[in-house]
Formats: sequence, structure tokens, C-alpha cells
Amino acid sequence: MTARERIAGSVANYVDERTGAAKWMKKNLTKVFPDHWSFLLGEIALYSFVILLLSGTFLTFWFDPSQREVIYDGSYEPLQGLEMSAAYASTLDISFEIRGGLLMRQIHHWAALIFMAAIVVHLMRVYFTGAFRKPREFNWIIGVGLLTLGIVEGFLGYSLPDDLLSGTGIRIAEAIIQALPLVGSYLAFFAFGGAFPGEAFIPRIYTVHVLLLPGAFLALITVHLMLVWYQKHTQYPGPGRTEKNVVGYPLLPVYMAKAGGFFFIVFGVTAFLGAVASINPIWLYGPYTPAQISAGSQPDWYMGWLDGLVRMAPPLESYIFGYTIPWNILIPGLIVPGILFTGMALYPFIESWITGDKREHHILDRPRNAPNRTALGVMSLTFMLVALINGGNDIIATTFDLTINQIMWFSRIGIFVLPPIAFVITKRLCLSLQRADRELVLHGRETGRLVMMPHGEFVEVHEPISPEKAWLLTQHEQNPPLALEESDLRGVRRPGVLKNKLRAHMSKAHAVSVPKATADDLKEIEHH
Amino acid sequence: MKRLSRFRRHRAVAPLLLVLALFSIGTTFSVAGAATSSPLTAAERSALIDEGQRIFLKGCSSCHGLNAEGGAIAPSLIGVGAASVDFQVATGRMPMADMSTQAMRKTPVYDEKEVEALAAYVASLAPGPGIPGEEHLNYERDGSTAEGGELFRTNCAMCHNFAGQGGALTQGKYAPTVMGVTPRHIYEAMITGPQSMPVFSDKTITPEEKLSIIKWIKAAENEPQLGGAALGRVGPVTEGLLVWTLGLGMLVGVAVWLAMKAR
Repeated sequence: MTARERIAGSVANYVDERTGAAKWMKKNLTKVFPDHWSFLLGEIALYSFVILLLSGTFLTFWFDPSQREVIYDGSYEPLQGLEMSAAYASTLDISFEIRGGLLMRQIHHWAALIFMAAIVVHLMRVYFTGAFRKPREFNWIIGVGLLTLGIVEGFLGYSLPDDLLSGTGIRIAEAIIQALPLVGSYLAFFAFGGAFPGEAFIPRIYTVHVLLLPGAFLALITVHLMLVWYQKHTQYPGPGRTEKNVVGYPLLPVYMAKAGGFFFIVFGVTAFLGAVASINPIWLYGPYTPAQISAGSQPDWYMGWLDGLVRMAPPLESYIFGYTIPWNILIPGLIVPGILFTGMALYPFIESWITGDKREHHILDRPRNAPNRTALGVMSLTFMLVALINGGNDIIATTFDLTINQIMWFSRIGIFVLPPIAFVITKRLCLSLQRADRELVLHGRETGRLVMMPHGEFVEVHEPISPEKAWLLTQHEQNPPLALEESDLRGVRRPGVLKNKLRAHMSKAHAVSVPKATADDLKEIEHH
Repeated sequence: MKRLSRFRRHRAVAPLLLVLALFSIGTTFSVAGAATSSPLTAAERSALIDEGQRIFLKGCSSCHGLNAEGGAIAPSLIGVGAASVDFQVATGRMPMADMSTQAMRKTPVYDEKEVEALAAYVASLAPGPGIPGEEHLNYERDGSTAEGGELFRTNCAMCHNFAGQGGALTQGKYAPTVMGVTPRHIYEAMITGPQSMPVFSDKTITPEEKLSIIKWIKAAENEPQLGGAALGRVGPVTEGLLVWTLGLGMLVGVAVWLAMKAR
């Protein structure tokens, strides 16, 4: 035993005698995780969150969350002598007076954009591979909660500096609150402590932004990760991988090294963006006053779809008992997002109701093998993309010499027409890919080698694929649709006929597939 | 008054008025253009107007009419003033390249002398805002950057964007960028209200305030790209685009690399 090993041993012993950590560590440090790049997408979100905590703490040292009026006398000349809120002045000071302050602000903001983008791509991975199925429904809901909180946290964050752009955003948020029937105006007065803009809102959202929501994030992320740990990670199908095992590398040393290294790479990429690309140049926006507005006022991208929906809404209003109900804000600002996010949160339960599948799933689906789910996902993304495009309609109009009206009408029609088209195309694509898989198993790989037979016929030589590949292409289940009897054994009609009809109909649509190649098919072909 | 109105239809009135108009324009121009050129004599001025009319008949009259009275496709130019002509022609907007929604800034068709002649001709038709002289454009001396910024954000940013980068209007019209525009043309745009732009008279925005706006625009133009690449100074749209392409592109690339099997 070398001296170094003796010292390490005695330190480990010292800790173990006092905490009993050895047994726990031994069990958990060898825990196996499957290896795939798409499993690292959630990690990007996690690491950006850590970056947000660190850079955000730095910013709190100098940020003054107050709407008290001050006269700016800092070093940015074009604003010298102007009246502004202390929040805006202190953000200018962070940008121009504090050493490294502008870099930290930019790192914080870029990390926020990366955080949200990583959450979305992680969500896409989880959705398209069916990782949300039993037993992971709760974790899916927590994930949807994190996404929603992320949107709110981001919005509050970029609203803090009280610049012209963010003040415009707060004004729109106030309008959306006011659009709520009956309680709207009271809620708005409550949130702003009086009339807009008041002096209360920024101090309030500051507390929410730096205390309440980060606390909620920490709690939810902890539960999110503990559930992954406890339920074990899902894995892609492959030889040797079953519903009962996890094939991969142990946490120590492989994943400790990979994850640790990846954290620094994420930090590096964020710092790189913060160093070379300007983000939220609040000194150009100017201090907020309700009398001013800039052309091309947009929210950050994760709110852009919401802005796009509001922009495309036709001017619909009703007047009932002296109350105005502004449907043009209520529908795009509250009702549609409410339906989208509730539907997303409930999707695991909806799918399991449609398929009647109540079993546990630890092997992921290849997206093509669940055509209906994949198509629904692409349909939702198309909807969001159309809304997002309309959110930037003025920038797109000036950049590509289009008219804003054309883009708005494209979006108004496209938001209804394009998602169903995307659904149909995706479903057909999935089925085509299934057919290609079947061909590949039955007839092998096309080699591109043409051979002339003795009787003059040309044939292309096919090579059989490897057994591993063949297994991958045929391992998935193909379950028949639910058979729901309309009447019971005695011929009495069951209750809920309509509901059952709907369920049977959806189940049938969900089960549409190209029959996968079976051993019998292969035998039959060899027979020829 | 009665005595005066009796002479209204006198033979000598028309030539007299013409002389008076030419004289007043001449004096205006000799005062306005004093810094750049020596005052013109009446004969030179009249020659300039003739030259302007010649250019006008050749290059402008097919749309604006033989007497600048306007037509179905172009407005009347009577009373638009020299400032309007200088802005539209010297920035290359007129003559239009095509009859699209809006005349755009391009390489001017006429040189400085020809623009001057055209402006003199149009100004001779009826009084209108004149070209501001150099001594009225000393924004460095008479303007204040901070006040200009406030005025710009209150009056201009709603169409021209917070950093003067321009923005979209309805039906394909747009507010162009104000970057790289000469102070004289910015001033002229404010007093003449070209195309979709409203007129900002001296009562709405005083001449000193106009110079402040110009000073702020020039400061924004010369501002270095603080904090890295400015991404077009159009707000969060380009930031979102960058994060989804470069940012996430790099990160997903690294993720793929990390998950690759060692060979």
C-alpha cells in the first residue's frame, strides 16, 4: 500500500465511521446509465440553471429593484441627465461601471435563452420516444411545470431592468390580466399596487424572480432528478436491452467525468455567447415611460409564440351587462395557452386511455413506430412555429421585403391549415419508414451491385442485414386497437356509448401500422 | 384695402409679383445657402430655375405633370418646397425605380448641381419649406444627445425602432433606417414628412430639438458594438435565432461527441 492510498483510505474511513456513507456510495456510484446524445439534452438545461444561479447571484449584488426616480450620471453619455428608475440606472451601472458586469448580464441572459431552448428539445426527446409512459407520468407533469415556470421566470427576469422594451412587455401582461372577465381589473390593480406602472411592480417581481421561483425550480428539479434516479433511466431498444435491465456505463468514473466535463462545456459556450454577442442592450432601449414605444417590440423567443397569437387575433369583443369581454386578448393570451399546456400535461394519461396500455415501459419507442403520437407532436410544433413566426412578423417583413399584412394572413390561415397537414404528412412518413424497415428485414440491404443472370435478366444483389439490426427493426410491439363492446354479454348496451366510440375510434387511429417483419414472413420469402 | 384691390387685376401685377417672388426666393436662398455658396444674382437664379425646369420636364413631368400639377400616379409638387425636392432626389428616392409601395433610398440619379436646380424650380412654383443651411445644422453645437434620445424614443422610435434601424408599417410600407443619413436630409424629412412620415413642424419639435435628435442619431450611428456583435439592433428576434442555431447547435454537437463510442 502506498502512502497516498493509506491517506485516502484513512480519510474515507473517517468519513464513513461518522456518516455511514460507504454503503450508499458503493451502491449508487456504480449505478448504470445508458449512453445516448439525446439523454444529454436535459443536462444542458440543468447546467444552464446552475449558470443562471451563479450569474444571477452576481447581478443581485448591484441591482437595485426600485422604481424610485433617479437622475442618471453614469458613464453612458446618451442617457446622462435623464430621469429613470433606480432599477434601470443600476442595470446601466452593472453594464458600464461594474467590472465584468456586462459580461455577467449577457451570460445570465444567454443562459436563460439556452435554458428554455434546452428544456424544449429535452421535452421533444421525451415526447417523441414515449419516455413519458408509465411509470414516468409524474415526472412528465413536473417537466411541463418547469417549462411553464421557466417562461414566467424568464419574462419576470427581462422585465426587471425597467427599460423601454420590457416595460412594453409588462404593459401587455397587464392587458392580459385585465382581459379576465369580472376579476381582471381588480387583479391588475392588486398586482401593480394601483394603476400601471406604479412603483410596486418591479420590487415585487424581483422577489418572485430571485427567491420564490428559483426555490420552486430547485425543489422541482430535485424531485425530477430523484425520480429519474429511482425509476432508472429509459433506454433505446437494442440487443441485450430489456424492460428489466439498463445497459450502459457506471456513474463513476464514466458519467462523473462526462457530466462534469459537459457542465464546463455548457458554461464555456454560454460565456462565449456572452462575450461575443450582445443581448438585451438596455442602454439602447432607453428608460421606460408609458408614452413611448419602439417598432419591433418583441418578447424573448419562448414568449414569441404567445405574442404571435395575440398579433394574429382578429378584433373580437363582446359587451355583456356593461362589461367588455375582449376575446381578441382572452383567446390567444389565456384560453389557447391554457388548453395547450393542460393538454400537454395530461397527454400521458390521454394516450394510455386511448391505447388501454397500463404496463410499465422502460424501452423507448422509435418515433416511427408510434405514428399517431409522432404526428401529433409535429402538428403541435407546427402550430407553435406558425405562432412564433407571426410574433416576429415585422422583423420578417422588413428583412425579406414582405408586407406585414401578408404574414399575418398567412399565419391566420396557416395556424388552422398547416398543423393538420403536418399531422398527415408525418403519419404517412412514419408508415413509409416502417415499410422501409420491413423491406430491409425481409429483403436485406441494397448493395447497388447489378448482376446479369445467365438468361439475361438484371437483378440487384441484396445483402442480409446484421442480426442486431434486424432485431432493432423488429423488436417493437404492435398492439391491435382496443376492442370495446357496445353491449355486454346479455345484450344490454353499456353506459357511455359515445365515449367508447370515440375511444375505439382514436385507438384504431393510434394502432395504424405497417405489419412488422416476422420470422414466418422471412421463412416464406426463403421458400421462394 | 379698397385701393389695393382695385389694382389687383392691373397688367403690371403679374410680372411684378413674379419679380417679387423671385426676389424673395433669391434672398431666402442667398441667406440659407450663404455658408456653402455665394449668393446668386437674380439672373443666375433665373437661369437656375430654367435649368431646373428643363430637368423637370425631361425626368419628372411624365408622372408629376408638365407644370408639376400632379396626376393619377404622382402628387402635385406645387408648394412642397425645396427641402422636399432635396430630400427626395438627393437621397435617390426620386425618380422612383418602379411604382412599388414606397420609394427607397438608392444611388441618386442627379448630381448636386442638378438637384439644386430642380429644387429651385419647384420652390419657384409656390412657397414651401426651404433647404436648411449649414449654419442651421450645427447639431454638435446646438443639440443635446440625451434630450435627442428622449425625443427620438417619443416621436420616432415607434416606426424607426429604438436604435433607428427602421421598422415595418402596414401593407409593405416601412420606416427606413436612419443610419447613414446626412443631417440635412434627416432635418428635411422632419420638416417635409416624406411618404408615410408625418410632418414635425417647428411648433411640434423646435429647430433646436430637431438638432438634438440628429445628434442622438449620429451618436447611435457611431456607437461601438458594446457587449459584442449587435445582431442588427432589432431586439430579441435575432437573439432567439442565434440561440437556436449557434448556441444549441454547439451544445447538441458536443452532446453527440460526448456520447460517441470510443473506437
